[in-house]
Formats: sequence, structure tokens, C-alpha cells
Amino acid sequence: MRFRLEARERPSRSLVYGTPVLAVALTMACGSVLFAALGHNPLAVLHAFFIQPIDSLYGLAELTVKATPLVLCAVGLALGFRANIWNIGAEGQLTLGAIAGGGLALWAGDDAGPWLLWAMMAAGLLGGGLWAAIPAYLKTRFNANEILTSLMLTYVAILLLSYLVHGPWKDPDGYSFPQTRMFADGGMLPVLLSGTRLHLGAPIALLAALAGWFVMSRMFIGFQIKVVGLTPAAAGFAGFSVRRLTWITLLAGGAMAGLAGLFEVAGPIGQLLPSISPGYGFTAIIVAFLGRLHPLGILIAGLFIALSYLGGETVQITLGLPLAVSGVFQGMLLFFLLAADVLVRYRPRWTTTTTAGAAVAGEAD
Amino acid sequence: MMVMDETPEHGAGKGVPRLELSGISKRFPGCLANDGVDLTLWPGEIHALLGENGAGKSTLVKIIYGVLKADAGGLRWQGQPTTINSPFQARQLGIGMVFQHFSLFDSLTVAENVALGLDRAGSMAELRPRVREVGQRYGLELEPDRVVHDLSVGERQRVEIVRCLMQDPRLLIMDEPTSVLTPQEAERLFETLRRLAGEGCSILYISHKLEEIRALCDAATVMRGGRVVAACDPRRESAHGLARLMIGEDFATASRDGGVELGEARLVVGGLSAPAAVPHGMPIDDISFQVAAGEILGIAGVAGNGQNTLLSALSGERSTAPASAIRINGHDAAGLGPRERRRLGLAFVPEERLGHGSVPEMSLADNALLTGYEREGLLKTGQILFGRTRDFAQRIVQSFQVVGGGVAADAGSLSGGNLQKFIIGRELLQNPGLLVVAHPTWGVDAGAAAAIHQALLDLARQGAAILLVSQDLDELLQIADRIAVLSNGHLSQCFATAEVEVERIGLLMGGLGHAVQPDESRAV
Amino acid sequence: METLAAVLVTVIGAATPLLFAALGELVSEKSGVLNLGVEGMMLVGAVCAFAAALTTGSPAAGILAGAAAGMLTALLFGVLTLSLLANQVASGLALTIFGVGISALIGRDFVGTPLPRLPLLEIPGLSDLPVVGRLLFGHDVLVYLSIAAVPAVIWLLDRSRTGLILRAVGENHEAAHALGHSVIVVRYLAVMFGGAMAGLGGAYLSLAHTPMWAENMTAGRGWIALALVVFATWRPGRVLLGAYLFGGVTVAQLHVQGFGVDIPSQILSMLPYLATIAVLVAISADSVRVRLNAPASLGRIFHPDS
Repeated sequence: MRFRLEARERPSRSLVYGTPVLAVALTMACGSVLFAALGHNPLAVLHAFFIQPIDSLYGLAELTVKATPLVLCAVGLALGFRANIWNIGAEGQLTLGAIAGGGLALWAGDDAGPWLLWAMMAAGLLGGGLWAAIPAYLKTRFNANEILTSLMLTYVAILLLSYLVHGPWKDPDGYSFPQTRMFADGGMLPVLLSGTRLHLGAPIALLAALAGWFVMSRMFIGFQIKVVGLTPAAAGFAGFSVRRLTWITLLAGGAMAGLAGLFEVAGPIGQLLPSISPGYGFTAIIVAFLGRLHPLGILIAGLFIALSYLGGETVQITLGLPLAVSGVFQGMLLFFLLAADVLVRYRPRWTTTTTAGAAVAGEAD
Repeated sequence: MMVMDETPEHGAGKGVPRLELSGISKRFPGCLANDGVDLTLWPGEIHALLGENGAGKSTLVKIIYGVLKADAGGLRWQGQPTTINSPFQARQLGIGMVFQHFSLFDSLTVAENVALGLDRAGSMAELRPRVREVGQRYGLELEPDRVVHDLSVGERQRVEIVRCLMQDPRLLIMDEPTSVLTPQEAERLFETLRRLAGEGCSILYISHKLEEIRALCDAATVMRGGRVVAACDPRRESAHGLARLMIGEDFATASRDGGVELGEARLVVGGLSAPAAVPHGMPIDDISFQVAAGEILGIAGVAGNGQNTLLSALSGERSTAPASAIRINGHDAAGLGPRERRRLGLAFVPEERLGHGSVPEMSLADNALLTGYEREGLLKTGQILFGRTRDFAQRIVQSFQVVGGGVAADAGSLSGGNLQKFIIGRELLQNPGLLVVAHPTWGVDAGAAAAIHQALLDLARQGAAILLVSQDLDELLQIADRIAVLSNGHLSQCFATAEVEVERIGLLMGGLGHAVQPDESRAV
Repeated sequence: METLAAVLVTVIGAATPLLFAALGELVSEKSGVLNLGVEGMMLVGAVCAFAAALTTGSPAAGILAGAAAGMLTALLFGVLTLSLLANQVASGLALTIFGVGISALIGRDFVGTPLPRLPLLEIPGLSDLPVVGRLLFGHDVLVYLSIAAVPAVIWLLDRSRTGLILRAVGENHEAAHALGHSVIVVRYLAVMFGGAMAGLGGAYLSLAHTPMWAENMTAGRGWIALALVVFATWRPGRVLLGAYLFGGVTVAQLHVQGFGVDIPSQILSMLPYLATIAVLVAISADSVRVRLNAPASLGRIFHPDS
């Protein structure tokens, strides 16, 4: 008996949506084994990880708060991934959005009018977009790989934020902690549900996902993005400009990540700190894939991954497990998803080899 | 020149056959590629395996060579029941294969390429003189240290053959070896093959070129739809008889009614030069020609002589042409991209159906949108008009009898012929004033080919200008009004098809436009 | 002079992990596999090397554990991309995300634990020579190993039959398969070699460079190693040059502060990342050269039946 993969005549449409569920199940199973190995009752951990965080209204609101930046980043990244533009620097773009919008709030001071929040959002969009414009320019002008440039710029962005909060923007009354002043009320996102931290960013993220869906499924630009990603030569033949689409997807992704960063500092945080994100920009890559690069799928995936953050915090507090458990969970989930995706295009077959198949067993599988 | 007299399949007393296949079957998802195939090969025999594209020839030889594994059936090698599980094992037995699409490595040297085909190559220092020696013995001269991407197509094929000959094969499989050669290069190859057969090597020769098989082969097995439909002596059959066996029915050939009324020049190319479109490609140099409304201009030539560069310069996918080098319908199109050129009335059918002319993973409706979005008015304020798009795709499917799943089917699920009909139909229904079409019937079954030829002739009759780039000389002679030859990046003068001698075209294809006789002395 | 020698010694320290990781990735890419998980493999290598050295007390065990752990994570990537035909870019990203998480989980009890530095191989007499003594003699075994790996990889790729097959597989996997070479086996081996080398790079960080474990201690070196392969246009000799050049930039950034130049440390710390971008741009701008040197099958999925 040996295992081989046989190409399907056409990709299985039902499995496209089935594999994320399969991946989640496998991740939970593997996670249980891992926790058992670490000496914990797996069921208790899974309960603490997936149920306990959301058994209250406050918990549900927190879930939305965490999902907001994930969904915003992932919807933007998915546009690029669809076109084979691998922007993995959303974390940096998020940081620049926070710097731009937060800087505006600090500059405006306490007396700014109601325009401030909207101006901050614009600044966040602009900051993230500009940061993403650098890889776009380097790719279209010099053919430099956007994976590496966008990632390097993430380190630069985080160092820039660190410099600002340690240096020129440091709160003079902050007992020399590396942090800025708190933003004035006019620079804070209104809370939508009192007693929770649910803020205006959540419905905006929802709108962004809907807009992403409209662009990808109804607009010609979305069609062009799909064609470029699937078959670049056909896009050239049809007269779609890869250069233009590179710019559009990177700018859109950067701007949405920037907005996510602004929402973090103008929402739950309220000031600029050296670290404003637990890696939302990177985790959004997982969200995008888990959501099948489909904006509405990303909504669901964003909520699920947000739960893995909350779960990580809960097990840290209740069971003393390290926060890194969230990362392990997320990485495993992406592994299983990529592994399960093979089923969409291939059918597994266990064949009994009647002939001496050993000579080719290695190369045929 | 040696031709064997006996017909080996009746050759009692010749000992055991070199290779016997019985009842070989192989199924792929959605098609039965081989269905109970029997085949017997004798020592010293040049045996043709004849059939159209998709008849199952390539699958069969891949099974013999151990690349694929048969689902059922048996194989005897020199009388012994044998299973061949890998190319490695095939080579151990003495089976060599020259592939249709060369299995060469562009960035490696000739000697390295040869070494990769040998199971015990020894050191490079030992290998180099052996490559030279084998090459000289069979008229396949090669310089071992040259990098393959600098070689011509003919030279590349020599590398493949030398690689096989290095291990003294008892059976040599040649998969469509002349499809990339000029007539003169092909004649030289035949000399080599006859010489090998004279030394006792069996040759399995896969082709769909009838004249070639009649001139070269001692025996023929004809395949159609995965089955053997006939075994015969090709020297005793007429070309027409072989064609009937191969195709299975008499098919309608495209008809043209003479008296072409030429209109104004739709495409004027003047002094067009362009660097290669791909790495290791061929640049084009100072190319000039015109295509008038109502005519089909054919561009002949062996693949790799600048066709891709010319085509991408004409489609606008690489707009590096100097100003005014390309004029479409009287407008300077040199600086324009594909979209703007389409606005001027250009339609374009690229060589590769999947992955260039269409997106395999998308539906036919989406693929109709791919080029029809502007001329068919399928957009409104940036949004796709899905109803109109489906209607357009539906019209293509109906007008060109595209079989396979309707407009919602993925392009990749269609057969080659049906997809090609769809792509040509998509361009034709947009009423282009100028059509540039590349290799429209490559790998397409005879029925679809005839339909495509008829559609092109009809379009020309309606007053469009057509530029037809093809490797298939028969196709060009059949439907083009004038023919020019692209060789080494240069374009010859244009000849009226009715008056041109095929010999002359062949010489031009080989880059020997001035020579009267091919130099045959080198081949012996 | 002594100061200069001391500076150069720190350059070697900064260059060695990059050299390991980039050489490994080069071999992997030459076979046609783009593994973006270098950062993750380095982290797992670093934490496992640290854990093994700490618990056994044997630096050799640490080095072996680092290489083995890197190889195992690479194997995971191999199963995904080679056997299950997953997208290499996405799988590489997944490997990095997973590597960051799992290394933090493994290393949670080791944070802040000190470990004696990997011993230096002192050669009596030679190591005490002024200037060149410290510079040429008296490094730890991993430094010598990383440098010896350069001619070894050159020999492997350019002179050995294995290397010829590996290059052929990376150049045109269909043709290599048609000739009977085991594309998948060759790629598994190349990927695992890449993983072992990344693991050694990580081991150097946690055993020698800064003998301790800290979460995310690679700080982007895996990604810089990836850029170095492009910088080197897939030639091992140039990887050596590039790694030492980058080591130099990293160290220069530290020493500028030492010389009393008043530039904030964060701005200086950006230098290696900005230098990576600059180098990438300079090399990539010549797209023809990159295309001619890049393995033609890089990143493409191979399935023998299609």
C-alpha cells in the first residue's frame, strides 16, 4: 500500500470551505496532545482557551476589539495575496498608521474639535499607505521582492516608534516611562457599549470587509486582481497592468493596516507605546488564508483568531501557560490549513502496488 | 542510405522481438489514454507510432520508458516478461528516449546535460571526449562545454540523441523529433537513424507526419483514441490511406474561394527590432511587412526563431517598439499597450491556450470577459455586467460549437480543440479589423482544425486582415495568401502561396535562403 | 590595531549566523524550493541548542540539537510543500509564525538563564599573536564550520554528481523527472540541509553570540539571510562576502555609538534592515541577471503526474 495524490478534474468547491473547518478540528486535536504532554488536562485547557473568554458580554466585546485590527489587515492583505503580491509587512504599516494618527492627536492637543478623530483616521490611512508605497515603488521600479522589503520596513517602523516614544514624543510627566501623553477625548474612538471596550472601529472593519467583498466579486478591478494572481500572462494579454495592480493592492493593504493601527491607539490604548500590537499584522496573514482570501470568510476567521488571542491570555492567567501558546495554535492552524488544502485539488489514493514499485515510490509521491 | 527490404512483422527466423507490448491500458482522470494496446518491435526496425495529438502515443512511450506506470497489460523485453518501473531501469535495459519537449537544462553545459542522462557518468574530463566521439560517429557534432541555452533547436536535439547513444541503446524512442526541425535538418536526422537501425538498434518513431513516415519507417502502428486501429507497412500505403487510418473518417477541409479583394493595409510593420521577450529567447531584427484587409499573411518558421518576440511586440505586451514601427489601421501603435491596440481593432490569439489566452481556473464566461470587456461593452462604472458577459460567452459557445459544460465550465476542463475554438471565437465575434493568430491548430484534433481554418478564411473574406504565425507549413500553404519565413530573427520577403516552391520555404526556414542545395555531405 | 582586530572579531560574530542560514537556503533554493521559514527554523534551532547544552552541559550536544531541530522543522515544511503540494510562500510564512510560537513555548523556562559561552579553540602560540592571533585563531568551532561550509557547498554544487542533479532539479524539474531523477527526494534532502544550517545559525546565536535564550532573539536575521541569497545571485562565495558585509554593517552600528556620535540607538539599529533593502534593490534592478541566475523552477510545485 502506498499513498499518492491524484489530480481532480476540477477543484472541489465544497472542500474549499470544508478545509478550514477540518484544519480547526485538527489543530484542536493536536493542541490537546500538546497540552497533555505539558501536564495539563486538555479539556480544561480547551475550555479555558475557547469557551471561557466569551462566556460574558464583556468577553464578546473583547473578541470584537481583537478581531477589528485582524479583519482590517487581513482584508487588505487578501487583495494583494489574490494578485500574488505578498505584502507581509502589515505590522509595519499598522505601526506607521498609529504613528501618523497618534502624532496628529498629540499635535492637536486637548482643544481640538470633533474633526480630530476623522483627521486621525485619514492620517492613519495615509501613514499605512505611504509605508506600503515604498515596497510598491521598489517592486515596480526596481523589481525588488516585496516580501523582503515590506518585512524589513516592519523592523524599521517598530524602531521608529520606539525612537519617538523614548525621545521626542515622550510624555514629560510620564515618570520617564517610554510613552506619550494620553490622547484627548476628541482623539479617542467612542465606545459603543458602555462597560466594554467595543469601539467605533468594529463597525468600520465590518464595512471594510463588505467593501472588500464588493470590489472582489462585482468590480472589474477585482476581476483583474484575480486574473493577475491566477495567470499573469493572461493578464498581460488582456491588457491589465500588473504594475498598476501592484500599486493598488499594496496601497489598499497598507492603508487598511494603517487604519487598524490608528484604531488600536485611538481605541483600547489611548496613547503611543513602544509596542502597540501583539503581532496583529503577522497574524492577519493567517486570518487571510483561513478566510480563503474572501472578505466574508475573513470576518469569521478574524473572530476565530481573535479568540485564540483571548484564549492565550486566559490560559496564561488561569493555568500559567505562556502567551506563546497563541502563536503555536495559530501556526499549527495555518499548517493544517495548507496541508488540508491539497484535498481541494487532489484526491488521496491508497494504491496497492502489484509490481515492484519501490524504485519509483520516492519520486511518485 | 540503407532501407531494409523485409517487412519485419512477417520476418520469421529473425529471433525474438526486441519489445512486445500486450494489452497495455492507462487511465487518467477523465480519459482512457491507452486501451489494450499491443505492439511488437523487431531488432533493426524503424517502427512508426502514428496518430493524432491525443491518440495516446506519448502515454504509451512514457509507459515503455518507465515514466508512467500502466494500469494493466504486459511487456516483454527480448522475450522476457519485464516490468519497467523507472527511466533508470529502462536505461539499464538499453532503452533510450528523445523527448518531444526537450528534457534539457538551459543553464547547464552540453556535457552536464549528457551526464544527467547517464547512470554512471564518470568524471567530466572523461565525458567530454566521449561526447565528441559519439557525435562524430553519427554526424551529431557538439561542443561539450557550450551552455545549452546558446544552442539552436537542432543542436539541442543532438544533445538529446547523443545522451541516448552514449549508453548503446537497443531501442531508441523518438517523440515527434522533426516537429522543430527544418526539412534539411530532418533529412540529416533520418540519415543518423538509418545508420543506427543498420547497426541493429530498434527505433520507435512517433509522428503524425505521413510523408516522413513513408520515407523512413519499415512498419507502422496507428493509434486513435487510445487504441491500436491498424498495423501496416507504411511504404505500401498511400499518404491518404494513412491519413484515413489516423483520423478515422474523411473530414471536411477548409475551402477558399479565390478572387481576394485586397483593401487598405491594416497592419504595417516597418523596421521593427526588439530584444528577446524571455531569457534565452531570440531577438528580432529590422522586420518589415504589411497585411491588407481581406488577406491572410502566413509567417512560417521553426519555433524559437523569434516568433515569440514578434508576437509579443505585436500584441503590445512588451511595448519597446520604436515610434511608427507598428501601425494598426493607420494609427501609430508602437507605444500602446494591449488594451489600446484592441481599441484600434486588433484581436490576438496567442500560442498558449491555457495560461496565456485563457485563465484555466476561471469559467468560460469570465474568460469571455478577459478580452471582450471593452469592445463588447461588458462594464459599467467599473462594475461587471454579468448578464451581458454570459450572453457574450453563450454566443461564442453556440457560434463555434464549443462542447463541454457550457459557459459556467472552467476553461481548463475543456479539450484543447474546444478551448481553441472558444478563444478564436471570442476574438472573432468582436469583429476585429485585424487578427494576429499564433499556431491556431497546434495540438487540435482534425475536425476542430478544419473549423478553425474555415473561420479564419471567412473572417478574411469579410474584409479583415489576418497575420497567421505557424510552424505547420501545410496549414500555411492551405489557407495563407502570402507566406514569409522568420529565421534567426530575420523575416524573408513575402511569396505568393500559389507560386512559391516548398523547397525554397524549407531552405529559408533553415536559414539557408541563398543556398540551392542542402549540404548533405556533412550528414554521412 | 588591537581595537580594529576586536571590531573585526565582532564582525565575525555577527556574520556567522547569517552565513549558516544563507548557505543552507541557497542549497534549498538551488533545488527549486523557496523556504521563507528561515527565521522560524533559526529560532527553533536556537532554543533547542540552548536547552540541550544547558541540560546536558555539553556544547556539542547543543550544536547537534540545534542542527537536528532545524532539520526537523524543515522536514515539516518539506511535507507540506513537497508531499502535500502546498504553496511555498504561504508555507514558509506559516513555518516562521509557528517557529516563533513553539520556540517561545519551549524556551519559557530558560529566559534569563545564563550559559557558559561556547569554548574558543585556542591554539597555543598562534592565538596569542598580536592582532592576527585573535582574528584568525581562537574562535569557536561554529565559526570555522561556517567558513569551511563555503568551499564544501561550492564543491557539492559544482563538482559532485549529487550537486549536478540538484541543480538540474532546480532548473527544470519535469526534465529531471523524465530522466529518472527523484525530484522529491533531492528536494527533501536540500530542504533538510537548509534546515540544519539554519538550526546551526540559531545555535550560534544562543550558544556563542549571546549565550542565552530570549524570545525572538534572531531579530530578523533569517529574513536577512534570505535577502543575502538574492544578493549573492545564488553563488556560495558571494554569500560569504555578503554575510561579512552585513556583519560589518551590524557591528558598525554598535561602534558608531561607542565613538560618541549622537544618533539615537533606534535609528542606528535600522541600518542593517535599510542596508538589506538597499542591496536588494541594487541587485534586483538588473532583472536579467537575476533571472539568468535564479533557479528556473524556484517556488514551483512539482507533481509527477501533471
